[in-house]
This record gives sequence, C-alpha cells and structure tokens, in this order.
Amino acid sequence: MSVATKMKRREFLKAGAALGGGLLISLYVPEFVSAADAAADSAAKPVALNAFVRIGTDETVTVISNHSEMGQGIYTSLPMLLNEELEADWARVRVESSPVEAVYNHTVFGIMMTGGSTTTNSEYDRFRTMGAMARIMLIAAAAQAWKVDPQTCRAEKSYVIHTPTGRRASYGSLAEAASKIAPPKDIPLKDPKDFTLVGKPMHRLDTPSKTNGTAQFGLDVYIPGMLTAVVARAPIFGGKVVSFNADKSKAIPGVADVVQVPSGVAVIAKGFWPAKLGREKLEITWDDGPGAAISTVEMRENYSAMSKTPGLVARKVGDPAAALSGAAKTMTAEYEVPYLAHCMMEPLNTVVDLQEDRCEIWSGTQFQTGDRAAAAKVAGLKPEQVTLHTTLLGGGFGRRANPASDFVTEATEVAKAAKVPVKVVWTREDDIRGGWYRPMWYDHFAAGLDANGNPVAWTHTIVGQSIMAGTMFEDFGIKNGIDSASVEGAADLIYAIPNLQVDLHTTKNEVPVQWWRSVGHSHTGFSVEAFLDEVAHAGGKDPYLLRRTLLASQPRMLAVLDLAAQKANWGGPLPAGHARGIATHFSFDSYVAQVAEVSVEKDGTVRVHRVVAAADCGRTVNPDTVKGQIEGGIIFGLTAALKTEITLDKGRVQQRNFHDYPMVRMFESPVIEVFIVPSTEHPTGVGEPGVPPVAPAVINAIFAAIGKRVRRLPIKPDDLRSA
Amino acid sequence: MISFTVNGKPVTVVDPPSTPLLWVIRDSLNLTGTKFGCGMALCGACTVHIDGQAVRSCVAPVSRAEGKKVTTIEGISPDLTHPLQQAWIEIDVPQCGYCQSGQIMSAAVLLAENAAPTDEDIDEAMSGNICRCGTYPRIRRAIHRAAEIQAQRGGK
Repeated sequence: MSVATKMKRREFLKAGAALGGGLLISLYVPEFVSAADAAADSAAKPVALNAFVRIGTDETVTVISNHSEMGQGIYTSLPMLLNEELEADWARVRVESSPVEAVYNHTVFGIMMTGGSTTTNSEYDRFRTMGAMARIMLIAAAAQAWKVDPQTCRAEKSYVIHTPTGRRASYGSLAEAASKIAPPKDIPLKDPKDFTLVGKPMHRLDTPSKTNGTAQFGLDVYIPGMLTAVVARAPIFGGKVVSFNADKSKAIPGVADVVQVPSGVAVIAKGFWPAKLGREKLEITWDDGPGAAISTVEMRENYSAMSKTPGLVARKVGDPAAALSGAAKTMTAEYEVPYLAHCMMEPLNTVVDLQEDRCEIWSGTQFQTGDRAAAAKVAGLKPEQVTLHTTLLGGGFGRRANPASDFVTEATEVAKAAKVPVKVVWTREDDIRGGWYRPMWYDHFAAGLDANGNPVAWTHTIVGQSIMAGTMFEDFGIKNGIDSASVEGAADLIYAIPNLQVDLHTTKNEVPVQWWRSVGHSHTGFSVEAFLDEVAHAGGKDPYLLRRTLLASQPRMLAVLDLAAQKANWGGPLPAGHARGIATHFSFDSYVAQVAEVSVEKDGTVRVHRVVAAADCGRTVNPDTVKGQIEGGIIFGLTAALKTEITLDKGRVQQRNFHDYPMVRMFESPVIEVFIVPSTEHPTGVGEPGVPPVAPAVINAIFAAIGKRVRRLPIKPDDLRSA
Repeated sequence: MISFTVNGKPVTVVDPPSTPLLWVIRDSLNLTGTKFGCGMALCGACTVHIDGQAVRSCVAPVSRAEGKKVTTIEGISPDLTHPLQQAWIEIDVPQCGYCQSGQIMSAAVLLAENAAPTDEDIDEAMSGNICRCGTYPRIRRAIHRAAEIQAQRGGK
C-alpha cells in the first residue's frame, strides 16, 4: 500500500476542513479528561483546544495520537509536528492514544488505523494545523484579556507574550479561556525554513518508560476480575471443532472454565500458566477441511509451472515479445520467497470486559475502527458502545492490522462465552502457526539484451495469493483483477527498459495472508534487484553503473544510489573473501539504496559484515527515528534473507518457535550506516522502505564473492558450501 | 508456599512450585516489566536476575527462586539512573520496546562481570536476546556507552 502519492489533495482538504470546525472541540472535551489525569493531579484541569491537543492548568501539553506506536517513533514525531506550531515548552509535552472516533480517522483510508508507512506523511499537515489552531486560540484569549490586538502578541515556550509591553501569560493559565474562543477559519502554517523542531533529532518521548518496565503493552493490562485464556485453534487452516472433552483440563488447579468459540476451544484460568497447562490436556476432534491437502512443496511446483504461462497483464510497455525475439542475448530465471510470519516480540493478546450494554477492550492494535466494529458485532452492541483502548504495541509489522480483526474478534467471543473479563494470550507457537502470513510468491523473469549488453526487454510473471481480496481495501487495492500489493515494485519498475511486461497469476488456498512489513515490495524488491544484477553480469556491466544508466530519468533514486555507492566505497579494496552487492528499491514513495558487504564461509554460512544505506524519504521530522527505522528494516529484511520460512505439509505448519523460525541475533547483526538525503519534499514512508533492498544486496554480494546465484529465500547455506 | 525477595521486598507466593517464575512475577506479583516472548528460553524477553545471575524466567520454575534474591527491570534503579538506562535513553535504543527489559537485564549482568566489554563480549552475552525491531546496533553502542558511564562513576 503505497499511499502518499495516492493521497488526494481534495480528500485531504476535506478531512482538514472537517477538523477545523468548532463543533469537535465541545464534542470531545469530556472524552479527554481521563481518570489517570484526574488521579495524577486533581488540581490540574486538562482543557482540550481541539481533538488533538489539550493543555492542563499545570502546563502539561498532551498530544492525542490517533496512530499506534509500534516502534516507529510516531509518539514523538506527531507531537513534534503539532508543537512546531503550538510553540509549547517541549519538556511539557506528553502523548496519549486517542479513542476511536471519526475525527481520528486516517486522512486517506477513512478509518482509524496505522499502516502503509503513512503516519507522518498523512498527518504532516493536520498535526501542524491542530497545533497552529491551538496557538491562535491561546493568543486570542490573552489578547482578549489584555484588550490588545492579537497581532501584537507572540507565542514562545508555553507563553503568550505581548511584544510591545513584554506582558506574559502561560498556556496553562490561558487554556480555559482559549477553549471558549471560536476556532480560526484561516490557519496559516510556518514556512518550513522557520522550523525549530521538525527536522531536528529529538529524543523519543517513550524511551524512559521502555527502560524501566513501566511502558504498558496490551499484555500488561490487568483489570479487576480478569481471567486469562489461551485458545486451542485448528491445526489446519479452515478446520473446525467437531467435539471436545475438557475433563482433564478442568482438573488442572486454576482452570476456571473451558468454552467453545468459532476459532476453537478456549481454556480460561487464573493466570496464563494454568490456562496453558489446561490447553495441553484438551482432547479435540477436528474437521480439517480442504486445508489438509496443502503442501508448500507441491505449491512450489504448481507456482513454477504457472509462472511460465501468461497471467493477467498488470503493465505493458512497448513490445516485449518482439524485443525478446530480436535481442542479441536472452536470459530467464525463476525466483521464489516463502510464507513468512510477522513474529512481533509481543505475542498477540487482547483484554475484553463485556457487559450487557457496553464493552471495553484493551489491545495493541493497528486497526481500531475495524476491530471495534468486529467486537461490536460479536457482542451485539453498537460500535459506540464499545470503548477500545490502544496500548503500546510490542511490534506490529502489519500483523496487528488484521483485515478480519481476528485477535480482537476471538477475544470478544471468548469473553462472551465465558461471561467474565478475559485476556486472551497467544503463545509464540500460536503466533508462528496462526497464519496471516506474507504470501509465498514465485516470479519468472525473461530479459533481452542488445549487442552492447543493455536490457531492451523485461518480462516478469508473478504467482501468489492476493492480500487485498476479501478485505475492506479490495476496491482500493484491486483493479481489473490485479491486486496492487502483488505487483507493487514490479509493475512500477523504476528502471528505464523500453519493452516491459508484468503479469500476475492470483492463487487461492486456505492459508490466510496479510501485509507484512513492506508487503509486496518484500518480494519484488528481492527478485527484481537480483535479476537485474544477473542482467548486468550477463551484459558485462558493473551492477552499479548499469543501474545508473537505467535511472538517468530518476534523479532522486540516482542520488541515493550514488550516495550509497560512494559511502560504501563501491569498487574499493576489501578484505580477502569479502564482496559487495548493491540494490535499490522504491516503495512507499521513498527511495532507498543499499550496499551489503558479505563473505561466505566454507560451510556456506553467509556473513553480512556491513550494510550502507542511503534514503530519500522527503523531509524528515525526526531524523534519528528515520535512521532507526532504516536500521531496523535492514535487520528485519536480513532475517527474511538468511533465516525464516513457513512451510506446510499436509496442511500443518512445520515451524513453531524461534528454534525453527530463527531471527537474526546480535552476533549476526552487521555494522549499519544510514545516510539520509536532505530534502524539502513532502515526507514519505519510513517504516517499511528499508526492508526490500537488503536481501538482493546480500544476494548480489554473494554472487560477487563466490559466483553462486541465489534465487530463493531464505538463503540455504548448503547451496553455497564450497568444502 | 515459596518465599524469596523481589527487588529487595520479601514475597511469599502460593503458585505451584513448577510454575515458571515469569508467570509468578507477572500474574501473581503484578510486575509487568518482565516480558513473555517465547516460553522456551529462546528470546530473552523474560530475563531477570536470581542472585545476580541472568535467568530466563519463562522456563525457570518458581521453586528455583526459593530463598533467593530476584531482581526484575523494575528493580535495577528507582529513578532511571542505572548506567544502562542512561545510555539507552541517550542513544534512544528502543523502538517497540518490548524486548528491552530483557536486553537491559542481560546487559546488566555483562557489565557487572566485565567493566569494559568488547564487541565480541557483547555478541556472546547478548545473543540470547532477540529484538525483532532490529535495535542491535544501538544496543551495542549503548552497552559501550554504559560501560563509560559506569567507569566515570568509579565502577558503580
């Protein structure tokens, strides 16, 4: 989901206009007076100046985040945007998650959610506007009290100052009066050259709480009377409970109840441990259904065969067939990637307190509007009767934006069946075997080179399941049978090749698939950049210089490519056995290039020593966070390149925990250097674009080191063994 | 009944002795800074100290704590002044933050035993802790920085 480019100015203005209305202020004030605030300081009264900021009489400034914090740093960058205009003392700024209300809907997607690397770029104008609105109202309140022209007043570090006289009033003292001022219609924003906060590296507001155990994730929510549930889900995707015997489970001390829910059988206990022990003692007969026939070995064969037949055309330029037959040299290759689990460090969980006429939910979710509606449906309530609290997320990577609201729906079902407040906890095994994977994909390429070794034809056939099909994003994401997520990064190939065709076979089976950090780009970044490397070598070209040639009309990508090559000393000397590989990828409207330095040991073990990345993500709000996201994206992509695959045999997932679904660890973590291209363009995606280029950069480096071409992820050391 | 101290406070719990210490800490003692990640001692999110040694509490039965001193992330300093906390904040290590309690608890044992760890020492001590957000380069920097802070304070 590359969104910022698709973001319609018209829609954005519509959302902005709705927010500018004064109605919202009075409408949302009561919501903002949280119990925690009241308890913390009964004398300090928080006053909402609009839906996104309230100012306490104790001078605390609370920015309301409508996006989920899952590590990407938006609990700092959104307050930075707002305070750029509000001009409060940064030391007083706090952040809090918003309730689920229409005012907090995503400016593009129209629901409250976090995803698609869109938070900063979609909120860049709105949060600054909300800050400016509040500042104008505070100044107006002071001017009114002082009986002076607001034009003669200015705002500075949480004070309004009357410039001619130097008279000052603090934001806290003005907040109440300001909240009664009609919100301004015209809200001019600063010229970016006057920014004092945006673009400066600021410490994250959430770091201290993440170093002393006080940060509250979903799993850390405990409410009175709450029991813990673990659910035995079907071992085969699409399977159903036929019957079960819970006698042995109920005999475990601490087990309170065992209930059937649509997704399986839930064991409810006083705490996680007895619930887990109780689940182990369940005897369940399952109806496996057609999912029992799924084998990824067989799927590979089928995908490979399909990839050699024409699919639905996603993009056609020139006459690729004629260009291929007229080429001086032609080549073909097949690439493939497996199903992947998201594996957030915090396993999925949700707390539900379901009462007759209301429901309260705590969850680390990326998909609030959908989850609330799903819970309401299960509970037989209206969405407004469901209060959803967004906690911190112990990683998301897309999994916590589930199109079927699977974990929230299930938790509500358990609470409904058990008739007690429950926390449903997934184990790591539940997470890894629970589906909603990055799809398995297969790619077939053909290229034609002219007599000078330049590519003149490129065809790319993709085979895999659709992520968008059946979701609320279907209309948005699927056009003429082509799921944009299946072909992104391929159909919009950034390289100038005169004859191009990309087509798609969309497959179906019972394995549920979902967006996984960088979505379709997680596979096209790999296959396109690795095949291009093959083309470069086949044509006798330096892979960096061929990319330069093909990017002549892409100045921003060319700049990051050159920057990465220069910082990595492309072509310069290296220790014996080491080699470099290069790759670029355009995703989420951002430009990234990476150079990996790799060596391969005799037993085939790949050592990634260093990764140099250059990125152009438009204007950066918090540069250190941007670097952190690119660093993290590289490690995330490296795990996919070197380590992980989900395979199925007779419908059963063959992996279960970190021993057979391993992550890159400290000793395998390369030196990472990230360089950000300074830009005055609108901000673009940051959370995901760091992922796609790393696998091809590593694979291209392996080829440079030992002459072996890897076309399948994860890299198998056995294929690279030299002794 | 099993008695031990947690962060200096004596506690007595009635959980069955085979219950993993993690779930006693979280569900019975309501100290939620120690995290559940895998349940198989593979990820390190649940790392605590028993008598100063790093222990994966998701597989350690609570009986192992009997009569001992258990320290959790909540107990390493009352006010964010532990050198590791200072370094973590200075370098802005955490992203999602979920694994960081375990990372800090593993690093604390390393620093207590080795005042000036090398990169290799860090690899060895920290490779039991997974960070899915990929903060390893910053954890490495922060451990070196914490060692400096510790040295400036005279090794405390």
